[in-house]
Amino acid sequence: MICAGTGCVANGSLKVKDALEAELIKRNLQNEIKIVLTGCNGFCAKGPVMVVYPEDIFYQLVKPADVPHLVEEHFIKGRPVQKFLYTPPAQKDAIPVMNEIPFFKHQVLRALRNRSLIDAEKIEEYIARDGYMAAAKALTEMTPEQIVSEMKRSGLRGRGGAGFLTGLKWELCARVQGDIKYILCNGDEGDPGAFMDRSVMEADPHSVLEGMIIAAKAINAHYGYIYVRAEYPLAVQRLQLAIEQAKDHGLLGKDILGTGFDLDLEIYQGAGAFVCGEETALMASIEGKRGMPRAKPPFPAVKGLWQRPSVLNNVETFANIPPIILHGADWYASLGTEKSKGTKVFALSGALNNIGLVEVPMGTPLKTIIYDIGGGIKGNRKFKAVQMGGPSGGCIPHSLIDTPVDFENINKTGAIMGSGGMVVMDETTCMPAMAKFFLEFTEDESCGKCVPCRIGNKTLLTILQRITNGEGREGDIELLLALSQQIKDTSLCGLGQTSPNPVLTTIKYFRDEYEAHIKDHKCPARVCTPLIEFKVNEEKCKKCGLCFKNCPVNAITWEKGKVAYIDQEKCTKCKTCIKNCRFWAID
Amino acid sequence: MAKLTIADLKRIKEEYHQGLREGGFRVKITVHMGTCGIAAGARPIMNAVMEELAKANLKDVAVTTSGCAGLCSKEPMATIELTGEPPVKYISLTDEKMRKIFAEHVLGGKPVKEYALVVGHETTY
Repeated sequence: MICAGTGCVANGSLKVKDALEAELIKRNLQNEIKIVLTGCNGFCAKGPVMVVYPEDIFYQLVKPADVPHLVEEHFIKGRPVQKFLYTPPAQKDAIPVMNEIPFFKHQVLRALRNRSLIDAEKIEEYIARDGYMAAAKALTEMTPEQIVSEMKRSGLRGRGGAGFLTGLKWELCARVQGDIKYILCNGDEGDPGAFMDRSVMEADPHSVLEGMIIAAKAINAHYGYIYVRAEYPLAVQRLQLAIEQAKDHGLLGKDILGTGFDLDLEIYQGAGAFVCGEETALMASIEGKRGMPRAKPPFPAVKGLWQRPSVLNNVETFANIPPIILHGADWYASLGTEKSKGTKVFALSGALNNIGLVEVPMGTPLKTIIYDIGGGIKGNRKFKAVQMGGPSGGCIPHSLIDTPVDFENINKTGAIMGSGGMVVMDETTCMPAMAKFFLEFTEDESCGKCVPCRIGNKTLLTILQRITNGEGREGDIELLLALSQQIKDTSLCGLGQTSPNPVLTTIKYFRDEYEAHIKDHKCPARVCTPLIEFKVNEEKCKKCGLCFKNCPVNAITWEKGKVAYIDQEKCTKCKTCIKNCRFWAID
Repeated sequence: MAKLTIADLKRIKEEYHQGLREGGFRVKITVHMGTCGIAAGARPIMNAVMEELAKANLKDVAVTTSGCAGLCSKEPMATIELTGEPPVKYISLTDEKMRKIFAEHVLGGKPVKEYALVVGHETTY
């Protein structure tokens, strides 16, 4: 009962009613809960007021923005919301609720729907949250064509980074004739800084299994592998236990749920190669061969694992599938942007206050993720860039911070959204050094099969090493650009096709930093030790003495009111002074 | 374990929720033990909970674990849920804080505001 007396209406109670109506329809409760407008309730100072029956709960100061939270907590979970209950003035100090904390407020959990709520080692807890109901529906009420159609309509795109339409991939494989097909899960998660898939595999392994059952039905596969990197022992353990429990309960193996459908799943552990996250290299690895990609076509959907038609999907993609089957394609597509539907999980790391795992609707601005959810830059430093997509991605500078995060918009900046790793960098990061760091990784991980990647990345790395060592030469930037483009255009697989991205984007947005390294032999961020003189700049020095107080070898002399001085003989170039100086006064 | 039918799935879900409502569990303590939590020290926190539970000799407290709760930088974390009240998430726990929370929230029924981050469920739809 919402009060529609003059006082409450003046305070917006009709807007609350509209918000409540919309939310009930969204959550499909409109037939169970009736909204009644009443006359003045009396407690006008606390309007808009609302009374909920049959519990006879009195809510005050309700705003339209609070309605979704109220519906979720009270109408769906059955718990009255403490914050809106009347508390006598003495009891002021309430603990904030979910939608008051920016970290949680902007998140919508779909792939992570069970997070913090279930014990991964107890299958009953997964079942209690509608677990395996989607698999049941797919196996008993839907044909493979209907499943494919629903997936296509949902607009779900691969969450491993390539963003291929999942429904289309399934359709291409379903069409191929073959009595032996494979459904594969990519749990390799090789990107440094990415831990989205690890979290799903550890905390909610059954969601992956259920997604695979539905996919297997769609393409008519009866065998499958989950490729998990060996560096995730907890994920391997939890998945193994989940498979065993599912088998014991007849949810995997022969005749699942008595429907006559068979699916056997096995775990295959990776051996430490980043390139095995690429689908053809992954399949070679399962076959016992060295993990090296091959040319496509033929695509795995036609000729994959052991030359059989195979579909490989990412862990997060699989985790999204059960809700799509349960709640429908329209529900899934109700969030997101025109070409990027649904939500995406991001792993926030780097120079942020709130490091963690977040799931937001596609199209959320980068600014919201970094400042509201991420809590801004740690230590009051300034944001410089965010690396998206790991070593295959690119950096995005502050000027583009309003970019909505989805496949297309991030691609336009020159970076890629990738699998969801977001490494935030502040003003103390040197961008050429960052590019070098990523190239060290990709050069090491190159399988060596094709010349552009094997020799090209090595050459890029050599040039970057020279630049950060103070040996940069005129023409280096142009050489880096030309070489990068050539490597991208001619590499055999995604590793080489994307490894130059950090170089290309750092030059695009931070060219002045490269020029400072090459022409002036200076590192503006004070990171590249060979380019730092370790001399105090007398004009910038604010005489605070912090460098002096923190120098581990007493190489600095300073007195109150005087500029600091560094003794070059004693200095070990550890950069502690630089890390403590807030005025960029040490060159 | 018997092979399940679809009717069994529904039954398990019903029984589980009924068990929570009527099972006599007054409190549910969840210690978050994803790799982030374990790395930050969730095992000593779990040990503290088990010790306090044994000392208090209570039969109406359920203790369980879950994976990563999302805010990895504030681990170790634990969630305390009293029947009929929304869950309270505690962050940056130490052995000492956990024991204080046990005494005041689990035994005394009053959340410890200084260690709590937030109250309620996340949006999962």
